[in-house]
Amino acid sequence: MSFFRAEDITISFGGIRALSQVGFEVRQGEIFAIIGPNGAGKTTIFNCINRFYDLDEGAFFLEDKDISRIKPHEVAEIGIARTFQNIELFKNTTVLDNLILGQHRSRRSNLFTETLFTPFVRKQEIRGREKAEEIIDFLELEAYREQRVINLPYGVQKTVELGRALAMEPKLLLLDEPSSGLNVEEAEDLSFWMNDIKEELGITILLVEHNMRFVQQVSDRVLALDFGEVITQGSSQDVLNHPEVMKAYLGEEDAVA
Amino acid sequence: MRFIMKTDYYQDIRLFKYRSTFFWYLALVIGCLMLPLGLDEYLISQLTFICMYAVAAVGLMLLTGYTGQVSMGHAAFFAIGSYTSAILTAKGVPFLAALPAAGLLAGLVGIVIGRPILHLSGLYLAIATMGFAFIVDEILVRWESMTRGNMGYYVDPAAIGPLVFDSEIRFYYLALVVLILTLLAARNILRSPTGRAMIAIRDSEVAAEAMGINPAKFKTMAFAVSAFFTGIAGSLYAHKIFFINPESYTIFLSIELLAMVIIGGLGSLHGAVFGAAFFIFLPQFIVMTKDYLPQYLQNQTGLQPALFGLLIILVMLFEPLGIYGRWLKTKFYFEMFPLYRKDSFKREKKYQKAERR
Ligand SMILES: Nc1ncnc2c1ncn2[C@@H]1O[C@H](COP(=O)(O)OP(=O)(O)OP(=O)(O)O)[C@@H](O)[C@H]1O
Ligand SMILES: [Mg+2]
Repeated sequence: MSFFRAEDITISFGGIRALSQVGFEVRQGEIFAIIGPNGAGKTTIFNCINRFYDLDEGAFFLEDKDISRIKPHEVAEIGIARTFQNIELFKNTTVLDNLILGQHRSRRSNLFTETLFTPFVRKQEIRGREKAEEIIDFLELEAYREQRVINLPYGVQKTVELGRALAMEPKLLLLDEPSSGLNVEEAEDLSFWMNDIKEELGITILLVEHNMRFVQQVSDRVLALDFGEVITQGSSQDVLNHPEVMKAYLGEEDAVA
Repeated sequence: MRFIMKTDYYQDIRLFKYRSTFFWYLALVIGCLMLPLGLDEYLISQLTFICMYAVAAVGLMLLTGYTGQVSMGHAAFFAIGSYTSAILTAKGVPFLAALPAAGLLAGLVGIVIGRPILHLSGLYLAIATMGFAFIVDEILVRWESMTRGNMGYYVDPAAIGPLVFDSEIRFYYLALVVLILTLLAARNILRSPTGRAMIAIRDSEVAAEAMGINPAKFKTMAFAVSAFFTGIAGSLYAHKIFFINPESYTIFLSIELLAMVIIGGLGSLHGAVFGAAFFIFLPQFIVMTKDYLPQYLQNQTGLQPALFGLLIILVMLFEPLGIYGRWLKTKFYFEMFPLYRKDSFKREKKYQKAERR
């Protein structure tokens, strides 16, 4: 049995092949990174997993179940959470509300009980807050708890988005360039958190990343992509030193020397 | 500024965060109950209109202010509420059953109309809802056996048992109670998963979807709830003015409702009430101040609509967050009194701009 698997993923946008025959497997409990230059098709993979785009060919499997025909909102229900390259927070609400929104899939109330705000809804709300509080502790967001997201600095917003994804209590966490725009300290914190997420929460992570140092630090295995095709995949050491990968990144400032 | 020690999570989800807030609202309700005692019939009637329009505006606020879906067709839901209630009470159904029935039928129509157009947004949605309102208007005119068409429909006064709401003051209390219940229901929805899902869809539909929120489901729900409250308001309206015909429910009513929520302040229930009050009182205010204007302006025809339009533009220009935004700033000023600086709100914006990309 495989935990998560992509088989021959192919998709084109008006004649441009964004992904062709991409296949990889993510093992349970590991951190798997996808690297590649701009426009390689990394975000497109995430958007396909999320069902924002329809695949032309191929399929994704979570625990051997085909998940490439379900509805976009059902992707969250089966335990896949994600963050976005250009932060997609609910920006007019507070940090706390964002973290509670992450728990939407555990909603058991309905419109009628909510309109009356029955004791059951009340209990559910309290439970939601307890969970949110754990995440606030974990990601050290105490200072921003009640603040509206729109007023927060970029680095904090990224952390909130990570927190919101964790609030979903996913099996698989997709992170799209989690370290981009972070300063050195923030990136350092992030790599520790990612380790904790893997070790303590037991969540498998699939990430897309540009920062090679960061990839080397956190990931167990890596897949390199260029022009929608797999260049190579394997242990992070092998992939990052692969001549083709070095060539694809040649001249790019954050390539591993 | 106030700091509260959190002893348990329950504090967070209370209807009123601070004990003092509760007392302020209590005082407000008592004030509203006492208000008609010193006023003449005409002014009481105006207060009733505020309550009625506020109920409809709360409905539209949930859809437009919280879910981010524009509707230019809410006059239709208002009309459906009016006619349902008028026809049912004429057939002998008690008002207490006709009122919720008016809301439910409007809500049902909201689902039927919301479902096919919910993938539209912005201007397209506005036009689609407007088209829907034209259709409803046409049905009201044509379906004479039911609605009596352009002849109009006489409506019985609302009655609950032996209590007949046939005086201005009684009807005011009825409308006030309905408004309070509407606000409580809306508040409850907003502090529950449904309300948060609506806000999530407004702020980022992709993220909402990635959280497991089904946008189609919650948009339809928003349409239904919004139509429900507007239908309730429509029912009240029918029993307030005793005579309805399709001309009361034109595109202008839709636009007025939309203007109420925008001027009141999108994304706030206070705003819905403020917006309704603004719309009822502004013409009064213009009439009252007319005497102080120079002679040549006073007798100008079309002065009132022109001033009305001008004031709306001014509000939008100088307070894009609506009246509620102005209220928040005023409150902040008093809370921070010696510390308030003129650019307190500007600085926040500059800070946003400094974000890294
Ligand atoms: N919705 C779309 N319509 C048309 N073309 C698209 C669409 N989404 C992605 N593409 C194209 O697919 C290719 C891959 O894009 P993608 O966003 O996946 O790149 P990426 O690897 O994430 O790059 P970056 O590092 O810049 O984020 C690009 O050529 C892009 O223009
Ligand atoms: Mg990308």
